[in-house]
Amino acid sequence: MSETLTPTVTLEPVPNSDAGTTRKMTLNMGPQHPSTHGVLRVVLELDGETVVKAQPEIGFLHTGIEKQCETKTYQQVIPLTDRVDYLANLSNNLCYCLAIEKLLGIEVPPRAVWTRVMLTELTRINSHLVWLGTHALDMGAMSMFFYATREREELLKIFEMFSGQRLMTSYFRIGGLALDHPRGGLEAVKKFLEMFPPKIDEYENLLDNNPIWKNRTIGVGMVPVDKMLAIGITGPMIRAAGIPWDARKDEPYSGYQNFEFDVPTRTENDVYARYRVRMEEMRQSVRIMAQALEGMPEGAYQADAPKVVLPQREKMKTQMEALIYHFKIVTEGVRVPPGEVYQVIESPRGELGYYVVSDGTSKPFRVHMRTPSFGNIQGLGVMCEGGMIADSIASMGSMDFVLGDTDR
Amino acid sequence: MISELLQEDPLVIALVERFGDAIEAGSLEHEQTILYISAASIVEVCTVLRDEHGFNRASSVTALDWYPQEPRFEVVYLLHNVKDALRLRLKVRVSGENPAVDSVTGVWAGANWYEREVFDLFGVTFNGHPDLRRIMMPEDWEGHPLRKDFPIHGHKYDYGETNQ
Repeated sequence: MSETLTPTVTLEPVPNSDAGTTRKMTLNMGPQHPSTHGVLRVVLELDGETVVKAQPEIGFLHTGIEKQCETKTYQQVIPLTDRVDYLANLSNNLCYCLAIEKLLGIEVPPRAVWTRVMLTELTRINSHLVWLGTHALDMGAMSMFFYATREREELLKIFEMFSGQRLMTSYFRIGGLALDHPRGGLEAVKKFLEMFPPKIDEYENLLDNNPIWKNRTIGVGMVPVDKMLAIGITGPMIRAAGIPWDARKDEPYSGYQNFEFDVPTRTENDVYARYRVRMEEMRQSVRIMAQALEGMPEGAYQADAPKVVLPQREKMKTQMEALIYHFKIVTEGVRVPPGEVYQVIESPRGELGYYVVSDGTSKPFRVHMRTPSFGNIQGLGVMCEGGMIADSIASMGSMDFVLGDTDR
Repeated sequence: MISELLQEDPLVIALVERFGDAIEAGSLEHEQTILYISAASIVEVCTVLRDEHGFNRASSVTALDWYPQEPRFEVVYLLHNVKDALRLRLKVRVSGENPAVDSVTGVWAGANWYEREVFDLFGVTFNGHPDLRRIMMPEDWEGHPLRKDFPIHGHKYDYGETNQ
């Protein structure tokens, strides 16, 4: 009895660190880590400061949008598509509308097509600006964020002019646009196009020759090129690896074949190359917008499809048919013939696809969103493994993911 | 039954010649090709498509639930050939009882998460998948939300319509 109570004295010193051993440490990054830009959790297995394994865990922002779509009528789904990706709101609107228009066999008038192109390119600039600001912020270049948000503010004002909303625009409708251009809308776009290109040079002046920026981005976050496509990576990341695949060129939609633009590519396949590609994409977007603005056709902004498109307010007050159609569309919804379609567009983040199946009723049977962030994050493990912890922040930033887009 | 519209498609001809009855049906909808493949040969067909026809990525893998019809599920593979800008949709019919199909993660590594998503939200098992866990829902979640017999408001506010 007394023996067990006697404290044993150890003369051997107990090591209080693992220095020199090969023990691996597991670090839980997220879901609240600021540089995961949302609620992404990455389980890092570390050997010292080297990342041995990186396992992304998603699903913290799952809101069941695909399930909700099945209970809404076709028009009611449009506001949900904004909420998939708050930085590519109009791209999501566009992709959904194009899919339903294909199912219905509706031709959209040129004015609507041109406006759609103009505003989705503005969305691309919006998304790239937020990416640039936050990515640079992660790497310690704080002032970049202020510059990027300054221009983004002007751009959001244009969204507000057109749709009444800064982020959740829901401006595109099945068969055209929700409203015609607002008074002064095109002038505001024109002003923005004059103001913006010198600002891109300004950003590049801040970053291009900055030794810290270069040290942290060049040669970081490589993924083997042959693996990239199979993993599911798309968008600027794939173009920074030298594969000139852009849905706007390869599978033209919404009149993109009428516009002249280049698909910027790089071959370095690192974080810096992705930065260069996105900067060049902003310039190309400005180029497309200028063409859209110049050639903006006059005429109707909605298709001539009374059973699908809500009638004008003025017509409703004077014509019986318009009133009936309005009543039918609002109460019953639009009946879409049975069939299925997979529509792909180039969102700022990569390949965005809507797979819509109709069973002939006024509610979609299934809406599957193939979102670019979901595919891209799959490559995070390959990208971070073998690098340092600090490099994984740079790699993640260069992917430009939105967690709402991932989890839906 | 292969639709007449596809009789002259070189890709469909090549696949039918090679796999015969494994290609159950085919149709063309809105200029997009859809082929029904028998569940047993999906991995084989996908491997051939990747190696010989240049379909170097699976854009997405998803599923449809035709409840209460049988076979209940259709697993949908949205394939893409980047070089020639070709798209192909494969479908596999899966029965509602113990739904399972072979995994194509060995063909395209990116199918990993898409198959996990289908497993999570539809309850279709993928044989040979390296890491088949729930991806969207919490690990202890019961049921599969995208099934048609799963109520939109979940089971938390069950007003008795599902148990009768």
